[in-house]
Amino acid sequence: MPGPETPLIADLSAPGPDAALAGARIGVVTFPGTLDDRDAARAVALAGGTAVPLWYADEDLQDVDAVILPGGFSYGDYLRAGAIARFAPIMDQVIEGATAAGTSGSSPLPVLGICNGFQVLTESHLLPGSMVKNDHLKFLCRDQRLRVENNGTVWTGEYGQGEEIVVPLKNQDGQYVADEKTLDMLEAEGRVVFRYVGFNPNGSRRDIAGICNAGGNVVGLMPHPEHAVEPGFGADSSAAGEVGMRDGTDGLGLFVSVLKALVK
Amino acid sequence: MARIVVDVMPKPEILDPQGKAIANELPRIGLDGFAGVRQGKRFELTVEGEPTEDVLAQAREAAEKLLSNPVIEDVVRVAVLEETETQGEEN
Repeated sequence: MPGPETPLIADLSAPGPDAALAGARIGVVTFPGTLDDRDAARAVALAGGTAVPLWYADEDLQDVDAVILPGGFSYGDYLRAGAIARFAPIMDQVIEGATAAGTSGSSPLPVLGICNGFQVLTESHLLPGSMVKNDHLKFLCRDQRLRVENNGTVWTGEYGQGEEIVVPLKNQDGQYVADEKTLDMLEAEGRVVFRYVGFNPNGSRRDIAGICNAGGNVVGLMPHPEHAVEPGFGADSSAAGEVGMRDGTDGLGLFVSVLKALVK
Repeated sequence: MARIVVDVMPKPEILDPQGKAIANELPRIGLDGFAGVRQGKRFELTVEGEPTEDVLAQAREAAEKLLSNPVIEDVVRVAVLEETETQGEEN
């Protein structure tokens, strides 16, 4: 349980206590049908950074230092999940920034895609493979245990290699698929970032929950770390041990990771 | 007005959970003659006037770029809809 000194709902009216982290600006994109943009922005603030709302129809990334594509049902999942959002005006800038190295010489933009955001990243060809309907066809919502398989990305540096975390999972099109050659390549290059532990909730190939691009700046995962960041409003469990109801905050590490990587 | 039809199917090696669910349901309504079902998508692109070679090329590009995801799906048909196929349909 949060102690009496911890407000039940964190007061985020003031900038984060660490000025360097607070100076890092993380853009959170809202598409038509996005659900979890406010949660992702709140996660950034709780981690000590500054969240910047980005609108899908804009072409300006507002000089943000990183971008989060949050979960939801962009364009109602019409056609395929993420397929239409991938062509939204803001995505041209996101794709250009994410692949900047080699073209402009600047360091590539860190991008995190969560759930529907992960689907947008595969549709954008920033990440290989794709998501299809869960093998059991049902929408599934549960606290899900994951193993951090690669803590070398800008989004996972706060975790230990092989560390386990528990964050909520909630989706219907969560089955990660790719051909065997691509899967072997991802494994060989250490690009499987998160793997389901104990239970594969959707039939994903090789229990893959999240992957990254070759540079490690683009990470996508199906479960929702932004829903496990604040005591009282998080997951019902934690890989670190028993916690009170809604007190699991194992997801916060992703957001702290990118802030620390940015100010390093 | 002409219509171009684009058919998209899940790749053979991709498990099609929706097709499987339909296959499981068929015997329950007394239709047991089928060994399997795969579910795809059909798009109809309407063209003002004649479907030129240029507009057909655009349809093929649309099929590859937006209407299908080459990781999980194949475009199995891009063709001008024959009159006989449109007969009886409201326009």
